[in-house]
Amino acid sequence: MNTPENLKYTKTDEWFDPQTGKVGLTDYAQSQLSDIVFLEVLAIVGETLTAEKPVASVESVKAAGEVYLPVAGEIVAINDAPIQKPELLNTDPYNEGWILQVHATSVPDLMDAAAYIAYCATREH
Amino acid sequence: MTYIPHSTQERDAMLAAIGVEKIEDLFDAIPAKYRFPAINIRPALVEMEAAALLGEIAASNESTRDLVSFLGAGVYNHYIPSVVNHIISRGEFYTAYTPYQPEISQGTLQAIFEYQSLICALTGMEVSNASHYDGATATAEAVNMAYANFRGKRRKIVISPTVHPQYRETIRTYTQGMELELAGDDSSVDMEAAPETLGALVDGDTALLIVQYPDFFGRIFDYTQLIASAHAQGALVCVVVNPTALALFKTPGAMGADIVVGEGQPLGIPMWFGGPHLGFFTTKKSYVHKMAGRVIGETRDSRGQKSYVLTLTAREQHIKRERATSNICTNQGLLALASAVYLAVVGKSGLKQVANLCYQKAHYAAEQLSKIDGFELCYSQPFFHEFTLRCPQPAAEINAHLLDHGILGGYDLGQDYPELADHLLIAVTEMNSKEEIDLLVETLQEASHD
Repeated sequence: MNTPENLKYTKTDEWFDPQTGKVGLTDYAQSQLSDIVFLEVLAIVGETLTAEKPVASVESVKAAGEVYLPVAGEIVAINDAPIQKPELLNTDPYNEGWILQVHATSVPDLMDAAAYIAYCATREH
Repeated sequence: MTYIPHSTQERDAMLAAIGVEKIEDLFDAIPAKYRFPAINIRPALVEMEAAALLGEIAASNESTRDLVSFLGAGVYNHYIPSVVNHIISRGEFYTAYTPYQPEISQGTLQAIFEYQSLICALTGMEVSNASHYDGATATAEAVNMAYANFRGKRRKIVISPTVHPQYRETIRTYTQGMELELAGDDSSVDMEAAPETLGALVDGDTALLIVQYPDFFGRIFDYTQLIASAHAQGALVCVVVNPTALALFKTPGAMGADIVVGEGQPLGIPMWFGGPHLGFFTTKKSYVHKMAGRVIGETRDSRGQKSYVLTLTAREQHIKRERATSNICTNQGLLALASAVYLAVVGKSGLKQVANLCYQKAHYAAEQLSKIDGFELCYSQPFFHEFTLRCPQPAAEINAHLLDHGILGGYDLGQDYPELADHLLIAVTEMNSKEEIDLLVETLQEASHD
């Protein structure tokens, strides 16, 4: 499982990059969903949302899931690449597979990489 | 032993929550005398006696086998090649439920895949689902899809008053509680109005515009302009079609429709008592994730062999739960198969021939009927195999007179359109011979002289 040190993580398996404001789905999440075939971004650029609002919806060959906003703030960009090629969420979840970028106004207490790895370990079954 | 899993207390709590006293109150809409009809069959008949008695009771029905029929209005009397019934009666297909497991169901899945392909070819659309219950529910699913497509942000649905009245009623049933505004069909129908006038009602809050082709009165319009004007407002457009007509006329896909739905009964399915029938549903590929229902896809198995599976299932309600477009995911498997067999048997040119016979015979009938004193064709637009006839007497009286002569008359339009009292909707198909049409004309001539 790939869990970059520079990112913050949520219990609902989103990552947040405090440097760039980018948000995506974790490597753990994509491996649980298996082949992702559809990404629909519900948020709109310019919209100001509170943390934990649903901002995107993903469908894989066997499951569906929501992506929640890890922080509060204004949506400043949406990445078209994984909308066009949803498999990027599987193959490159932390780089090309970023979903949207947010200008954070308030960042809740998120997990660091070590805490997220420990959290995921408790969910293995 | 009872198989109802709810206790009396649970039932009482549920009844209290919805504000009725007893379960029987839920059936108020059905007149009491029809709820538990007495079946007067004396006990302990032997099988032979029972069969004779039931045959006698059944003989009091008058069916289209005994009558000459000009009744349509959404359900049509077409010839069904006997091979259709033979194939769908095979044990491999004739099951109570559609088996979807690809490991054991390649035949069923391939049949549904072929059904989807045929329906796409007929409608000129890119994607078909595995079917819905009937034309009315497929149309209602188009509303669900448009609503989901705009994530509930557009709340207006514009419906042409010339969409089948029962389909419009079904849409209203399906959308109860969704707080949608349904507009367009609340005033009386102006038979000479161009379809483009409906476009004026489509605005930035409109999710879907629904029109019918041929419309309920059998008329053919090119909706290309109307569809373009709805698209300019960002709305989706659904066209409800008669599949037989599509063999002759421009497809709604070619007109730019986003969703094409319809009743599949004319494709090899008996009229029965108005059902069970077949709802087909097609859309553009870009909307496939918002479409309800099952979809079969073609793929390769681990050995590289062509195979068929359910695909895009994560959009369905058993996975996506309350965020799915619809809570319907079943299909009308056996009747979808019947229509696929019918289309395969008659083929492209055969279907065109059926449609052409319907068209020519209907136009002969319309011409002859319009020559009778007091009878008049009601509109000038082109039509397919159904037309509106203004009568000199109430439509019910005309139909009673026809029935006395062994003819099942047209549909009494006054039932749905008060302004069209004394108007009959006459359907003519390949099943009506010239002699039958001439008999209808003669019988109505008598009526006009009575």
